[in-house]
Amino acid sequence: MAENLLLQALSGLASASSLFLVAAGLTVIFGVTRIVNFAHGSLYMLGAYLAWTLVTALPRGPLGFWGGVLGAALLVGLIGVLVEVLLLRRIYRAPELFQLLATFGVVLIVQDLALLVWGPQDLLGPRAPGLRGSVEILGLRFPLYDLFLIAVGPAVLGLLLLLFHRTRWGTLVRAATQDREMVGALGVNQRLLFTSVFFLGACLAGLGGALQLPRESVNLHMDLAIIVEAFVVVVVGGLGSLVGAFLAALLIGELHAFGILVFPRITLVLVFLVMAVVLVLRPHGLLGRPPEAPPAGAGGAEPPLRPAPPALRRLGAAALAAAVLLPPFADAYALSVLTEMAIFVLFAASLHFIMGPGGMASFGHAAYFGLGAYAAALLAKWAAAPMAAGLLLAPFAAGLFGLLFGWFCVRLSGVYAAMLTLAFAQIAWSVAFQWVEVTGGDNGILGVWPDAWAADPLAYYYLTLAFCLGATLLLRRVLHAPFGYALRAQRDSPLRAEALGVDAFQVRWLAFSLAALAAGIAGGFFAYAKGSVFPTALSIPRSVDALLMVLLGGVRTLSGPIVGAIAFTGLQEQLMRLVELWRLALGAVIVALVLFFPQGLAGAARAAYERRHGPAGA
Amino acid sequence: MSDTILETEGLTKEFRGFVAVSDVDLRVRRGTIHGLIGPNGAGKTTCFNLLTKFLQPTRGTIRYDGRDITGKKPAEVARLGLVRSFQISAVFPHLTVLENVRVALQRQRGGSFDFWRSETLLRQYDDRAMALLEDVGIAPYAHLQAGELPYGRKRALEIATTLALDPVMMLLDEPTAGMAHEDVDRIVALVKRVSAGRTVLLVEHNLRVVAGLCDTITVLTRGRVLAEGDYASVSRNPEVIAAYLGTEADKVGVPQHV
Repeated sequence: MAENLLLQALSGLASASSLFLVAAGLTVIFGVTRIVNFAHGSLYMLGAYLAWTLVTALPRGPLGFWGGVLGAALLVGLIGVLVEVLLLRRIYRAPELFQLLATFGVVLIVQDLALLVWGPQDLLGPRAPGLRGSVEILGLRFPLYDLFLIAVGPAVLGLLLLLFHRTRWGTLVRAATQDREMVGALGVNQRLLFTSVFFLGACLAGLGGALQLPRESVNLHMDLAIIVEAFVVVVVGGLGSLVGAFLAALLIGELHAFGILVFPRITLVLVFLVMAVVLVLRPHGLLGRPPEAPPAGAGGAEPPLRPAPPALRRLGAAALAAAVLLPPFADAYALSVLTEMAIFVLFAASLHFIMGPGGMASFGHAAYFGLGAYAAALLAKWAAAPMAAGLLLAPFAAGLFGLLFGWFCVRLSGVYAAMLTLAFAQIAWSVAFQWVEVTGGDNGILGVWPDAWAADPLAYYYLTLAFCLGATLLLRRVLHAPFGYALRAQRDSPLRAEALGVDAFQVRWLAFSLAALAAGIAGGFFAYAKGSVFPTALSIPRSVDALLMVLLGGVRTLSGPIVGAIAFTGLQEQLMRLVELWRLALGAVIVALVLFFPQGLAGAARAAYERRHGPAGA
Repeated sequence: MSDTILETEGLTKEFRGFVAVSDVDLRVRRGTIHGLIGPNGAGKTTCFNLLTKFLQPTRGTIRYDGRDITGKKPAEVARLGLVRSFQISAVFPHLTVLENVRVALQRQRGGSFDFWRSETLLRQYDDRAMALLEDVGIAPYAHLQAGELPYGRKRALEIATTLALDPVMMLLDEPTAGMAHEDVDRIVALVKRVSAGRTVLLVEHNLRVVAGLCDTITVLTRGRVLAEGDYASVSRNPEVIAAYLGTEADKVGVPQHV
């Protein structure tokens, strides 16, 4: 038994090393550029693919192998430079969620490019020359390569610390991590510094990926799998802290190794639970510091909410009339798209509610959408309950979890809050994914069909439209209620709000729970519209969908999420139908959106309108 | 009803070994305007933040209106009628000027948690809000975004917002900091006017302001109380002069008007 535990601990250390390589790059990049690089996992995946190509192309032998691994790392570094120069350099001043979203666009693009170049099948690399065998430890065999990996982590940490503490460049990086503006004021070439930091970070990610080659097959799922764990490591360690990332990587690596022994079913939950606990006890991670300036709300400068200009009202009325009058003439496919649009309008509006007026960042809003969907589906499956009961339970379940998760999340702000919401969403996702007996795991829950009275697609569409639009309008009303003012007040100036006797925590908590409840309504209708629920309903891509809808429409206007949801659903539907590489197209759209329409579609339309007609509603 | 409204005992705040406020016993009499002055770094603002609960003291107690508020949260003391203003203008930049005041007024209704009410409910406060804006002279800007106001007018809005809570006691943090002369006079007159029926404690750097305004003045240096009394007695205190001018008092003489 003791031997087993030791081996398990050693294999945990080996995983911790790879995790550390990726997390180190992520944290160094964040420290200097303040960008949370979602595409870091893609760089890791590219490292593995490039290493496979180089190692199989180069002559066999130690030189070919190690040359291939290092070459892959350097190539990935150059790809990182490309991404930095073409994209990130232009959005350093954008709000955090925009940056996250832009880098997620890169994730999508890289996924399809990798699919184009290397194909969908898993690739197996050769073993490392000289490290093929295994050693005997307490009578059990342990792979030599894993021992080598265990040494790589501390070695890289040592080299990085030397680099940062013994060279002029390293000193500049540390200075920039502490105070970016000051370093700029001292005349340091920031562009060069940022680009070189990005090169280093990308190299580390590429190296991490390349070193995985002898351990596991290379596939297209590596990027999201590693990035979520790297986020956890970086956030637990404290954003920007190298030593913190190392400690956290050890913690998470071991947690995985032993979690499999003790709770094989809930290892993922365990990891995110640890992260949640750390963040509640130490809101800036183990070794992190509080950010220099209080982070602004997700939207940056935001005009006061004004009544919509008459033109927009007429447009809204016309759209509503079309939504009510035209569907009887639509075919089944169009009806299903329209139903989905109505659902996503509410989903997007509920996210906008906390992001825009609430000033809170959420990267895991799908949790509440999915919880609503699962609540309805589980009730239908296990209690054979009528649809009305399921639709009623959905918002309650989502709202309840909103209260629970929100209690933790609304204490934090900015990137940390976004990461904690992501963590909770991943907990919910892993429960749905791993608790196969109840949720059906990856196979989902099937046969969630509406009752006879709403079975007709047209009837179900009208039902959905009525409830989702009604809930969306209610959310708008809340923003103009006394509570809405308190919510916007605490976003604008938390100190002032406190001094007025507004309990900012309670206001944020209630807002978060209300948004969760609204997302739950949308989720319930989604389950019955699709007839089934899968773990994807609460996965990261679903959360990103919601963010895209809000940002596509524009976070600063109330009509933004509505426009965004309709545009996004239509766009995605068409892309998936017409374009083979729809991820590539969607990623390009995201990147273009962030670069050229930072105010979103509704924001841009409004700006154009006001240029011609003067300020609206004044 | 006791004569003292705010009282501290042995109030001390240390930041990692640095003692910012040390053993301060302060008594503010009900219905007076009390000034807290001192040179830069004397601990005025720290003291102020302790009183309004934005900082937690290392030692000592704070009693307000007969009850111990040492362990309370800022929002709680605000609801007890002890309301502060801020040195750096803290307005809600993305609300209009009128809405800024209305957010404070809606507090009178109790918690701001009723999310089901409509906005019409808030219209009833528009008149009162306009009156307050009139009072501080920024009524013409009522529908402007607060973030667009120039500095001096933000301070005026700040005071209007504080007044909107109808505080029993107002704590003003350097209400005239960074203002032009004519603005200073207007704010002094305003504070005098609104102090009727309330207690005011103000932190000031500008001696001209406290001279005409305060009934009692407490002078802080290096975190300690140096002197206390009316302006006449305090301004003649050689130690106070030394603290302000950084020299021995007898070499400087007593300034007539600082």
